[in-house]
Amino acid sequence: MTGTPLLSINNVTKAYPGVVANSDVSFQIQPGEIHALLGENGAGKSTLVKMIYGLVRPDSGSMTFLGAPFAPPEPRVARSTGVAMVFQHFSLFEALNVAENIALGMENPPPQRDLAMRIREVSEAYGLPLDPDRLVGDLSAGERQRVEIIRCLLQDPKLLIMDEPTSVLTPQEVEILFHTLRKLAAEGTSILYISHKLEEIRTLCDEATILRLGKVVGKCTPRDTSASEMAELMVGKSLATPARDNADLGEVILKVSGLSVEPSNPFGTPLRHIGIELCAGEVLGIGGVAGNGQDELLAALSGEVTTAPGTVTLNKVPIGDKGPNDRRDMGILCAPEERLGHAAAPDMSLVENALLTARQRKGLAKRGFVNWGATRGYAEAVIADFDVRTPGPDNAARSLSGGNLQKFVIGREILQDPQILVVNQPTWGVDASAAADIRQAILNLAQKGAGVIVISQDLDELLEISDNFAALNEGRLSNVRATRDLTMETIGLMLGGAHDMHDLDEEAIHAEA
Amino acid sequence: MLRLEKRPSPSKGWIAATPVLAVVLTMIAGGLMFAVLGKNPFEAIRIIFWDPLFHESFAAYSRPQLLVKAGPLILIAIGLSLGFRAGVWNIGAEGQYIMGAIAGASFGLAFYPSESPLIFPGMIIAGAFGGWAWSMIPAILKTRFRTNEILVSLLLVYVAEKILASAAVGFLRNPEGSGFPGSRNLSRIESMNNPELIPGTGMHWGVVLAFIAVIAAYVLLNKHLLGYQIKLAGQAPRAARFAGVNPNRLIVLCLGVSGALAGLAGLFEVSGPAGQISIDFNVGYGFTAIIVAFLGRLHPIGILLAGLLMALTYIGGELAQLMLQIPAPAIQAFQGMLLFFLLAVDVLSSFRIRFKKERVA
Repeated sequence: MTGTPLLSINNVTKAYPGVVANSDVSFQIQPGEIHALLGENGAGKSTLVKMIYGLVRPDSGSMTFLGAPFAPPEPRVARSTGVAMVFQHFSLFEALNVAENIALGMENPPPQRDLAMRIREVSEAYGLPLDPDRLVGDLSAGERQRVEIIRCLLQDPKLLIMDEPTSVLTPQEVEILFHTLRKLAAEGTSILYISHKLEEIRTLCDEATILRLGKVVGKCTPRDTSASEMAELMVGKSLATPARDNADLGEVILKVSGLSVEPSNPFGTPLRHIGIELCAGEVLGIGGVAGNGQDELLAALSGEVTTAPGTVTLNKVPIGDKGPNDRRDMGILCAPEERLGHAAAPDMSLVENALLTARQRKGLAKRGFVNWGATRGYAEAVIADFDVRTPGPDNAARSLSGGNLQKFVIGREILQDPQILVVNQPTWGVDASAAADIRQAILNLAQKGAGVIVISQDLDELLEISDNFAALNEGRLSNVRATRDLTMETIGLMLGGAHDMHDLDEEAIHAEA
Repeated sequence: MLRLEKRPSPSKGWIAATPVLAVVLTMIAGGLMFAVLGKNPFEAIRIIFWDPLFHESFAAYSRPQLLVKAGPLILIAIGLSLGFRAGVWNIGAEGQYIMGAIAGASFGLAFYPSESPLIFPGMIIAGAFGGWAWSMIPAILKTRFRTNEILVSLLLVYVAEKILASAAVGFLRNPEGSGFPGSRNLSRIESMNNPELIPGTGMHWGVVLAFIAVIAAYVLLNKHLLGYQIKLAGQAPRAARFAGVNPNRLIVLCLGVSGALAGLAGLFEVSGPAGQISIDFNVGYGFTAIIVAFLGRLHPIGILLAGLLMALTYIGGELAQLMLQIPAPAIQAFQGMLLFFLLAVDVLSSFRIRFKKERVA
């Protein structure tokens, strides 16, 4: 296609105090094209789309939309021009139904009955099943995203911006979404698709623009480019795929049986009859969409939540009633998902944060008095061994980037030489090279004979590093399967549970049991 | 346009500089106010900040008052600061102060007229126990029934005031006092007296204990695991639980320590400067100590300085009323300005100011 581009971005620059978010960025989107915007966290993708959607104004440079100058001062103008956006985080009211939520986002909402009819029409036309009368609070993440998409489609957009749309979806839901997006593109709607997942972009997108540190570092046609080439462009160096020599599993060291926990707050998820057997040297991956009991499972394993003694045993010793520090003494270490506020105290220095979990195993306190010299030494060791980028151990935890703090948190546990390590979302919001380092560190730990449980939403990650896989859905854990025997199809069914729109086949029912 | 930008970590230089800057700003703004009132601003500032300590005729009386007033403020504020750091809000130190005084005085007077040297140490223990026991009420209610310790501890102040009134006219009333309310004068009874240790300084056992508390709190917060857990629980409660801190234990501990220190402050006051249990025994040290704790940034050394500064403005303010006939509300406004500027310039330690051209959003 060589006609007038739908959207043309010319030499756009945007700086924030201390950081240039976009520097001299240019690219074009043709009508009907699915264009990928690829880059790591902090590469400037979000700033760029916020400018297109009128939330941020560029410092310099210009944009044209169908040949006409385009500088939306606010999202309303962008919407009336034909730009629609589905955000990564949904803005929906749980207590209202689907049609009411959609009406709230419209300039001139039609009467409810007409609107409900149009929602049904659009959802059928694009293969996005959605009942306008259901309460949003009862919908799954995938269904909520459909509400946002349909809200956008009702505006007849010429350009649809999707910000990391697949991060909360099961593989089956991703398939449905891609089907819809291809159909839209075939009808002439352009799609700007933001992601850092390379395989997705290769299956879906026509063109890709790759950003790194605010600059365009490459353009490519994803279908003709290998994932590793794109990753190199995105990261700026080649990434080593995490690997280990062999995977000989030892004896069962950690056993969880019949673990049920009521949530401590009304929005928590109860755990139901969780059973796990973890062997020495094993990496067990636990997949599942966030909010299905991941935090609660980690708390029950770390000792923040205690249960009947026999529900958790380490080397046949019952420890279910032991608190976090007793379990650390025995060699069970954890790295929670929430880095700031749970795994680390935001306003404390890295030295103080090193003391947080390493006191006993590293002997950092004697008769109640803290040995700050030794604590500093340990913090420095973690910083050096795990390549944590920071001016020094006296910097506050919150001054570190997400990836660097995560390396510190994981490193703090791994250097204590745990017998069992439990990590929740180890690479969430972490850039690709740091993520690869963290995965390699986890594999090295298992290689030395420790058992590792990795709880993650990122299926690619789990498939890459885990020996065995189980899915957590609404507080229940599926049967454990060997990872090498799994297909994306089976994983999707294991994860999907009640929210899945496919018929559950026998396998899935078996997995649920 | 002026914009505030959060610093990656608080600036050490500004943390030290802001109190000085605040005092200077208070002098300027307060001086303007005094000038508008028709008083000589330089003289007024001198009387408030300088004369209480160095005036040739007044200082002999007012200099000892500095330690007498600062002592209980510092002692109570140190206790409160531990709780405030941990996110445990004891607002009822005034009540614990009263109950410490009543418990200590009751213990001593129960043995009247014994001359035993063990009576005063016993009174100290009883005073600490009185304050501690009063603070255990909000502690137990909070850990058992999840009540709010702010409300419970505050309301118990008014209960304590009623008990004080009933003690003054009832069970502790001086039988030889010809029916006047108020207990025997403890400071005139050898075995119960909390004397001025060095004449002319105002130094008594309560002030000594306040200094010891400052040092102990400093060591606790900087060197001891418990101090670390207190700070962790206040800054990141989830991280504290992850680190194995038992939140209920910490609540009981923080309320207990602050209650015991407030009780001790009450005991040393009733056996020394105040001398007796009377209806108007409490003068608000327990509430002012909250301000002192925050002025001192919840840091032991800061609290020491803030307590002295607070005491100075009270003594100097009274002096200015006396000598320049500055009305009492103007003095209170001046003290208010000091608090205002101290808290307002505090923003500079964690934020930096950027000047930027205004842009149409």
